[in-house]
Amino acid sequence: MAMTGVLRPGHVALRVLDLEQAVHHYTEVVGLSEVARDAQGRVFLKAWDEADHHSVVLRQADEAGMDYMGWRVDSDATLDRLVAELEASPLATETTWIAAGEHPHTGRRFRFTIPTGHSMELYAHRDVTGCATGYLNPEPWPDGLKGMAPSRFDHCLLYGDDLDGTVELFTRILGFNLAEQVVAGPERLQIAAFLTCSNKAHDVAFIRQPMKNKFHHASFLLGSWNEVLKAADIISKKKVSLDLGPTRHGITRGETIYFFDPSGNRNEVFAGGYIWYPDKPTITWTDDQLGPAIFYHDRKLNEAFLSVVT
Amino acid sequence: MSIRIHIENCDDSFPCPEGSNVLRAMECLGRRGIPVGCRGGGCGVCKVRVLAGEYRNETISRACVSVEEEAEGYSLACKLIPEGDLRLRVIGKMARSFDATRGGFHFYGTPSAASHRS
Repeated sequence: MAMTGVLRPGHVALRVLDLEQAVHHYTEVVGLSEVARDAQGRVFLKAWDEADHHSVVLRQADEAGMDYMGWRVDSDATLDRLVAELEASPLATETTWIAAGEHPHTGRRFRFTIPTGHSMELYAHRDVTGCATGYLNPEPWPDGLKGMAPSRFDHCLLYGDDLDGTVELFTRILGFNLAEQVVAGPERLQIAAFLTCSNKAHDVAFIRQPMKNKFHHASFLLGSWNEVLKAADIISKKKVSLDLGPTRHGITRGETIYFFDPSGNRNEVFAGGYIWYPDKPTITWTDDQLGPAIFYHDRKLNEAFLSVVT
Repeated sequence: MSIRIHIENCDDSFPCPEGSNVLRAMECLGRRGIPVGCRGGGCGVCKVRVLAGEYRNETISRACVSVEEEAEGYSLACKLIPEGDLRLRVIGKMARSFDATRGGFHFYGTPSAASHRS
């Protein structure tokens, strides 16, 4: 089956308390490349294997957290179709068009608020400025990489109240599938949903909790468990705030480490996981096994990991 | 002579090297008393109120400490640089975020600017 509709998470826009400290973190520690700055003072970055112009946007603000996440769709026709469905649905609120060019090298974007309070965007065009190794007889990785050097921005985990509404919007309107979920209590209330629009175990995940529009982490993809261990070395070498890891998740099977940017926004770098196909049954975790579901090795819940958000 | 940080809630104190923030000083000594979150001024878990002493604050997310609160002595321990001995009250707490006996996640959230104004 060809991948159609929503293709991938295309960008995440983060608020930071000090722009230059943040740029230093995302370039020297994480290992993204700065590709542009605009008149508003925003900084645009990308990972080495990403073809499109940018995938991470940093903006200085007086609060940390996420402004919005953007989703690349396969065509203008898909964009128009999905926008019509979102406009007709009570699940999408505060709908608005953002003009082409508001992000550099990017076409028109449609922004809307989902039931958990997060702003999401759809767009169909972003200039392909190319990955670092090119597309003609490429080497497997480029020279001059810095820091952890993930190949791309991969997903976000977000916290909000109306999980049911957000899952319905992503599955019924945007065509995502539920790869994994956590259910709690005798009523098997869904408390976490891992949603995929591609071949990945998750392109975005949500956890049910009472506050709207909270950001848990933005995640970047590494090539191996060894690169996750090297990321752990870099976290100590660069005196970065460690959250936890390296370890493995039961959910999604990812090999992972979590840390914070200088404004307290959580980052993950991870490797592994599995390939998801549309006929794969949903994996369900029950709350009595939540320890190993989240951290497979020490099998304990970690309050800082679960409750620290921006 | 090193600076001493006194935490009123647990009637405990620890030294803080000059120029260090309070949370880092506590963590380096393996001490407890102030909850540790992002260490970047963003999450609000380490929120404290300075009761006495001289200090300066580095940049703190306004989602955690408002301008008015900062003027009243509220701060985040990860961004609080003492310039002499300090007496603190811990305001922030690590939420007990998951309770299987209560059927799931129960986030109390980070202490908001409004919720801890007395």
